[in-house]
Amino acid sequence: MRIRTVEISVGVFMLAGILALLVLALQVSGLSFDNNRKSYSLYAKFDNIGSLATRSKVTIAGVTVGRVTEISLDNDEHMGLIKMEIDTDVSNLTTDTAASILTNGLLGEKYIGLSTGADEEYLVDGDVIEDTQSALVLEELIGQFLFSEVNAEE
Amino acid sequence: MISFFRRLGQTGLSILEVFGRSGLILVQSLIVWPSIRGGVPLLIQQLYSIGVLSLVIVVVSGLFIGMVLGLQGYTILVAYGSESAIGQMVALTLVRELGPVVTGLLFAGRAGSALAAEIGLMKATEQLSGMEMIGVDPLHRIVAPRLLAGFISLPLLAMIFSAVGVWGGYLVGVDWLGVYEGSYWGNMQDAVSFSDDVVNGIIKSVVFGFVVSWIAVFQGYDCMPTSEGIGQATTKTVVYSSLAVLGVDFILTAVMFGSF
Repeated sequence: MRIRTVEISVGVFMLAGILALLVLALQVSGLSFDNNRKSYSLYAKFDNIGSLATRSKVTIAGVTVGRVTEISLDNDEHMGLIKMEIDTDVSNLTTDTAASILTNGLLGEKYIGLSTGADEEYLVDGDVIEDTQSALVLEELIGQFLFSEVNAEE
Repeated sequence: MISFFRRLGQTGLSILEVFGRSGLILVQSLIVWPSIRGGVPLLIQQLYSIGVLSLVIVVVSGLFIGMVLGLQGYTILVAYGSESAIGQMVALTLVRELGPVVTGLLFAGRAGSALAAEIGLMKATEQLSGMEMIGVDPLHRIVAPRLLAGFISLPLLAMIFSAVGVWGGYLVGVDWLGVYEGSYWGNMQDAVSFSDDVVNGIIKSVVFGFVVSWIAVFQGYDCMPTSEGIGQATTKTVVYSSLAVLGVDFILTAVMFGSF
């Protein structure tokens, strides 16, 4: 009987450990098993991507609909080329959709906000978003402000 | 002058000897392990006394450390208006560092000392030599199940610690201080990556389990067979394994997260 209690409690201990691993995997790190969730990729070129990083959110009206998966430099035009994966649920993005790099709060992380237009045609896998707005870089903004102050004084 | 060098040499040699003996014990007790058929019940018995009995202290300290992290994080982050980042702070601190390290320290105090004292007392009461007399190798019968149980228990305990700690942070942050629940979990899931953070934390705890149970078993097996010797072995176990956990943690952190 006593051996049995020992065995049962060891079993409970093992189960608790595995359960904790599951909690850490699913709840804490947000690992999802349906990794092949249907998505399609879009590209966008920005003059300046600021501190946008891979895994950054892509949102429409504040709702996350995808992620940035790749950041590279377009060597011909010297612009930042962003590849993003958008859920196939959101397949009705018009071809004149605009992408802008926004900041979450004053010091928060950068993300991409999409705003749809009124075109009849929709973007499909591999398309490039033409209408883009670069990240707001605080230093440049301050520089411009100072420069305009000096100009105004002259 | 000569006697100084003589003592230096003696100390150096005896330190080398200790390392050699501990390595031999580890190799000898683990090599022949799979050939023993009746080993599983022994292992389960040790998993009970090492792992299950450490569960309460690990769960309680995990809960309180998570709650303290939540509280401290909130008071710091609220000054920058970013108290919604409390989730990622609590989770990263626990999963990367505090989970494995604090569990390793608790494990050294709770299970390591017990291991050393138990084996030491067996040696002092000549149970070990009695076993050798009847042809049972104490390394296989006594040491190996304890070592293996230590290797298995500590990673499990560390994961339980982290999970309970995250829940403790949730209790304080969300239930008490009113951080929005969605941003607690959402920021956490954005910031914590399974392959980088969780897996590295588990690797750390595996290494700590190895180090702590090795030190404990060796100190018990190698102690002077007197009551004083058992006391010394217990103390050395706690001191050495705590230092080893902290030292190894720095090296592992430098390897895992230090690549800038």
